[in-house]
Amino acid sequence: MGKISVRFFARYAELAGCTWSHVNLDTPTTVADVIARVREVFPGTEAMPPQPLTALNLRQVKLDATVTEGDEVALLPPLSGG
Amino acid sequence: MMHLTRHPLDVAELLAQVHGPERGGTSVFLGTVRDDGDVTGIDYSAYEPMAFEEIERILSEAHGRWPGSRVMLQHRLGVVPVGEASIVIAAAAAHRDDAFAACRYVIEEVKKRLPIWKKEMHADGTATWVDPSGKPVAEGIRDR
Repeated sequence: MGKISVRFFARYAELAGCTWSHVNLDTPTTVADVIARVREVFPGTEAMPPQPLTALNLRQVKLDATVTEGDEVALLPPLSGG
Repeated sequence: MMHLTRHPLDVAELLAQVHGPERGGTSVFLGTVRDDGDVTGIDYSAYEPMAFEEIERILSEAHGRWPGSRVMLQHRLGVVPVGEASIVIAAAAAHRDDAFAACRYVIEEVKKRLPIWKKEMHADGTATWVDPSGKPVAEGIRDR
């Protein structure tokens, strides 16, 4: 099992009830699998869209991106900077 | 200069950063908080390390696309009252076409790529997350 950091922002942090946590999964895994686990551990995040915007180690990635132990997955609500 | 700040933005300071004798045209974009009815301000939050890196990437792309240009930006975080600036971009180039183009490129990429979120603060004390189309997020999110 590998430990993966998960970060929540803005509305998703309110849904999760925290801004930072971690999940344990067999690694390597994918962003999609991390999100599936997140939905189990933090029931409020079921209200996130089916395919939320995600970043892996500070870069936006697709859901099939490979995640390994120690990585940081961030779940990003629709961006509204500027 | 830091790209993200919790202090009021200083346009003159940003202009000084891009100014140079070989650059004859400078374009500035200023985004300010708008009152859409009962809005008193916007609380900006960010995934700061990613936002910083993304800004660096966007500026680097602009410098690559318009060689000889110099572009800088600052985005404000925390509560920004109506009428105050949330973002300033200054783009200087040898000629105005490149300055306008680089400035436009940077603000459009900022809108698409920066992990920053807006929460509108209302006069009645409530607050709502804003989605990119500018509409408040639906039910259950309006809170005190």
